[in-house]
Amino acid sequence: MRIDRRKFIRVTGVTAAAGFSTELARRIAGKAPSVHASVSGAGSTEPGGGDGAGGGSSKPYGMLYDSTLCIGCGLCQQACADKNGLPGGMDPDLSDRTYTVVKEVQVQEPDGSNGVRYLRQQCFHCLEPACASACPVGALRKTPEGPVVYEAERCIGCRYCMVACPFGIPRYQWEKALPLVTKCQFCADRVARGERPACAEACPTGATLFGPRDQLIAEANHRIEANPEGYYSAIYGLTEAGGTSWLVLSDVPFQQLGLRTDVIDQPLPSLTWRVISKVPAIAGGIAALMAIAAYFTLPKETGPQERGKNGEGRNR
Amino acid sequence: MRLQVRMTPARWALLAVLVTGLVTAVYRFWVGLGAATNLNDSWPWGLWIGMVLTLVASSGGAFVMAAVIYIFHSRTFRPIARMAVLTGFLGYLSVIMTLIIELGLPYRIWHPVVYWQHHSAMFEIAWCVMCYTTVLFLEFVPVLLEKLHNHRLARAIHAAIVPIAIAGVVFSTLHQSSLGSLFLLTPGKLHPLWYTPLLPVLFFVSAIGLGLSVLTLVGLAARATLGPRVRETLRLETLREMARAIPWVLAVYLLLKVVDLAHRDGLGLLVAGGREAFWFWVEIVAGVIAPMVLLAFRRVRESQAGLAAGAAMAVAGIILNRLNISLTGMVATATSPYWPRWTEIAIVAGIVAGATLVWILVVENFPIFVQEEEAEVVAAMGGRLSLQRQVLHTGSGSPDGR
Repeated sequence: MRIDRRKFIRVTGVTAAAGFSTELARRIAGKAPSVHASVSGAGSTEPGGGDGAGGGSSKPYGMLYDSTLCIGCGLCQQACADKNGLPGGMDPDLSDRTYTVVKEVQVQEPDGSNGVRYLRQQCFHCLEPACASACPVGALRKTPEGPVVYEAERCIGCRYCMVACPFGIPRYQWEKALPLVTKCQFCADRVARGERPACAEACPTGATLFGPRDQLIAEANHRIEANPEGYYSAIYGLTEAGGTSWLVLSDVPFQQLGLRTDVIDQPLPSLTWRVISKVPAIAGGIAALMAIAAYFTLPKETGPQERGKNGEGRNR
Repeated sequence: MRLQVRMTPARWALLAVLVTGLVTAVYRFWVGLGAATNLNDSWPWGLWIGMVLTLVASSGGAFVMAAVIYIFHSRTFRPIARMAVLTGFLGYLSVIMTLIIELGLPYRIWHPVVYWQHHSAMFEIAWCVMCYTTVLFLEFVPVLLEKLHNHRLARAIHAAIVPIAIAGVVFSTLHQSSLGSLFLLTPGKLHPLWYTPLLPVLFFVSAIGLGLSVLTLVGLAARATLGPRVRETLRLETLREMARAIPWVLAVYLLLKVVDLAHRDGLGLLVAGGREAFWFWVEIVAGVIAPMVLLAFRRVRESQAGLAAGAAMAVAGIILNRLNISLTGMVATATSPYWPRWTEIAIVAGIVAGATLVWILVVENFPIFVQEEEAEVVAAMGGRLSLQRQVLHTGSGSPDGR
């Protein structure tokens, strides 16, 4: 009897485990990341429009940063610091006190000589942000207007958003007793009032343009077409991470500017959601499986009448 | 309820480690995470998250044995039911302690209860860990109630033990795998030797392996250090039987890893050289292949040294896997190096030392190594025989002289 049950468990268990693991592996590993998201940015094919962190409306805003027009004056950085009351606004890198930074980059000119370019770095305000999908309490949220905003009251300080961001943008107030996450908020309050973000307002050369994302993309394409020699023929942020609201144009390859070129084109939240969405099914399936197993492995002799006079339990 | 505390040199040492950890924890809250750790914007997660991953996986033995004992009605493993639950329960309490230290705003640790973001793997983990710790508490409470001679509630829990154990399997499966799902969001950061869509499955399978290996080691250590009374109920044969499953689990784990690597055209990475390949090989050879082969042999399992060595290798290997994923595999894409500061190590050591001391305290004061069936019977008879049974157990010899 004992051997039968063991055999039953072993055979069922191993078969189920092997079959289940192989099937699961096949399903998960077989779904290769898609290469291109659609231009409008609602790139995910998941039901419900992809990650439910609030994105995917008709006209999100964006900003087009044309590094060929940037003279590195830093007025944007100063304006951001003023608007947000940041003391460290002119730090050389993003930090808990600097939400946007203009960096001077050494590049190779086409003729081989050394040259200088400027790159402004800040939150990309992804169309389907990894940070918003990572945050367990919804402290980061994609708004319909485009900005990915941080609601500090919810934050528990787990810093998963920092791990999730493919661009490495969110910073942390490590020195504070009650630290918060910091990043560009796209001046969401100004955008809601119909104004431009402070950096776009301050830019003297028009290197930073603010407007509806699809119009900015059209403008970027127009610039590339009108001046193919003067531009690297791609828009950074068009498809990276499923599309971002902060778009970059350059005349040198993006890698030279210091932008990460290994960011996948698939929206990152979908990588998690295709597993997490199965949680209810997995929970139900396992509960059912275990209940069946519990029933079928019940010892044959059961019931209170089987207890011996001295309280000995079941046989064996 | 009087508690007996027996101190030995080893326990004094553990206490010293615990106190050091406590003092360091106060320091961490006094000066903040920046000053107390080597974490920074390039390394938002470090040793403590590695420890959380390790502790959760190490506690996986509880849900496996609860399933085997309460769902599959195994009688072979009944004697270690309470030890398994206790180990798991203390493991999860250690996880919660580590999180309280690790979080930037730990007083908000309850936020996932009211602020929901159900696309987040971490949200799922938070809920499942909360629910599972409750399950572990329910599975452990009869032990407390017995000592307090409250048998009615214990009987109620015993009656509901099958659904409780099923809930435990569901919550554990979900969060053990979701700890792997956490890293699905890091394709550009985690080295391809470890990054795979299969991470949740790998984490789940290895949690079973690590859980059983930890229970084997804990059981062997208890037998060696806690006296003849423990050795009566916690039989070597039971530990050996449990360890029989470990090579199978490791084999499935290894198969999944190899098939996954081949499927992603990653086999070339194995011979590419470099830091990542080195640590991957160490993890696989010393931590999976070696214990798998060793523990497959009955002769090895029958020797205490062999059993301990095999289990220890599996423990080291899977812990190394968690550290490789949270630390080693992230080095190449980080903009600065990271080594844990002594404060981070001190707190981790303190938490583990504290959990060990509580484990010993509970085992020496509560009916952990008691035949659970017997305890149930005692409860069913309204506790009238409890005094006699306890007298029997504190005797120096056992009835059958083993």
